[in-house]
Amino acid sequence: MLALQINDLRKVYRGGTEALKGVDLHVQAGDFFALLGPNGAGKSTTIGIISSLINKTSGSVKVFGDDLDKDLVRAKSHIGLVPQEFNFNQFETLMQIVVNQAGYYGVPRTLAKQRAEKYLKQLDLWDKRNAPARELSGGMKRRLMIARALMHEPKMLILDEPTAGVDIEIRRSMWVFLKKINQQGITIILTTHYLEEAEMLCRNIAIIDKGQIIENTSMKGLLSKLNVETFVLDLPPNSIQPTLQDFDFRQIDDHSLEVDVPKSSGLNAVFSQLSDQGVQVLSMRNKSNRLEELFVRLVENGRTDNASAEQENNLE
Amino acid sequence: MNSLQLTALRTIWIKECTRFLRIWIQTLVPPAITMSLYFVIFGNLIGSRIGQMGGFSYMEFIVPGLIMMAVITSAYANVSSSFFSAKFQRNVEELLVAPVSNWIIILGYVGGGVTRGLLVGALVTMVSLFFVDLQIHNPLMLLLTLVLTATLFAAAGLVNAVFAKTFDDISMIPTFVLTPLTYLGGVFYSLALLPEFWQWVSKANPIVYMVNGFRYGFLGVSDVGIGTSVAVLIGFNVLLFGLAWNLINRGVGIRS
Repeated sequence: MLALQINDLRKVYRGGTEALKGVDLHVQAGDFFALLGPNGAGKSTTIGIISSLINKTSGSVKVFGDDLDKDLVRAKSHIGLVPQEFNFNQFETLMQIVVNQAGYYGVPRTLAKQRAEKYLKQLDLWDKRNAPARELSGGMKRRLMIARALMHEPKMLILDEPTAGVDIEIRRSMWVFLKKINQQGITIILTTHYLEEAEMLCRNIAIIDKGQIIENTSMKGLLSKLNVETFVLDLPPNSIQPTLQDFDFRQIDDHSLEVDVPKSSGLNAVFSQLSDQGVQVLSMRNKSNRLEELFVRLVENGRTDNASAEQENNLE
Repeated sequence: MNSLQLTALRTIWIKECTRFLRIWIQTLVPPAITMSLYFVIFGNLIGSRIGQMGGFSYMEFIVPGLIMMAVITSAYANVSSSFFSAKFQRNVEELLVAPVSNWIIILGYVGGGVTRGLLVGALVTMVSLFFVDLQIHNPLMLLLTLVLTATLFAAAGLVNAVFAKTFDDISMIPTFVLTPLTYLGGVFYSLALLPEFWQWVSKANPIVYMVNGFRYGFLGVSDVGIGTSVAVLIGFNVLLFGLAWNLINRGVGIRS
């Protein structure tokens, strides 16, 4: 079953900015889905339309089969939204914020209080339940927004950069939590600028740029498109300068070597050549995140193609 | 109305009441103090030299108008500041993403404003009992005018907040429109004291009908017809609720 079905979604803001130019997007129920794109690509507009914060210009959005135009109440009930900006009343306590949110979805107050205890405990906020939200740290505020979004127990959770500005320890604990609730059956749609996060968590991915989906595939399928990976090898200080046949490589300093390794060649050939020259490898790491490399390449290719097309049109 | 919408309405109302009760020193105490000063200065000190008005002591004459003035200001201020701050802090989005109907959003905020208005009205009435023995001539008319005025100005506060872009915008209408209309709305004098032309002009001021309808409930006297008062109140309520619904439905100021 499809959790989200977007067809030919368009948005033109007052003033004429065309934010979405016919977006088609399908997300399966139970998926952990990444929606990536550079700033201003149309991610937040798409999420805003799905969650009824932005009026669409045309197109259709169905959430678990319920059309936003025809059955808005049911469609909204399926969605929990964790927005990018903090959007709770800073003067209310955590308990008031989450209990009230449940009330807006028709959850009776007694049940809402039970759920508040459950989710505030799961997100390690229970001790702060009677504190005003303004007293929370940035990481706590992000977790509060997740707890709030879960209060009506939605089938689909949309997270718009949920870990922005959060330290690595809390980020990782949030990943564990999100993985757990996804395993329990909640469909998750995630936008993030931490591509490592998307690679770690998501099974499927769409990349949006300039209001259009430029890639929509599985994470594995996308990563397999990466033909060459760059590795940084740490060598003992003052090692001899090695040479590598059939590989592009650069000596960064006297103890670091950067090597471009085509997937077809593999790493064994690199190690055997270094071993033959008596060069010891102390450790090794990817130069950059694999998804990050692909992301940059896809977005840049898209822009080059557009520029060429425009140039051709101008010549005509 | 189904149970989802009823729960949502109750939630918004509780949230609104919790808000103004949390800051009671800002929301409940000032009108009681201001009105006490009016009672002492206008009612006791100056009023004793004015003599009778409309067949009653000046203090008795101004009490209904002053209660009404406090109700109007409180109901309006509650909704305009609460809804605008929800826009400003963006927590209005909590309501917009939820399956709450637009009517429920309006009724919830108006309900909060009416509750504060009535609570302030009750406080001012209690204070007035230190200065005058209040008689109630027509309880039904009293209650009807009170509630309809509170709902009207709560809805007006919501409309103001929808349009407001800065905090200045929500203080402009009370300062430049509401206060002059209230002071010129027959709170402190009977329209019969005015020249005929100004009586005619005054009757274009809707607050005249609210103050007089309410005064009729207490004293049994009014400068305008009671039926007209009720009709004006109903008419303005329909107009403002319709406008609020139209604005919220179109997402003016709250949706892109």
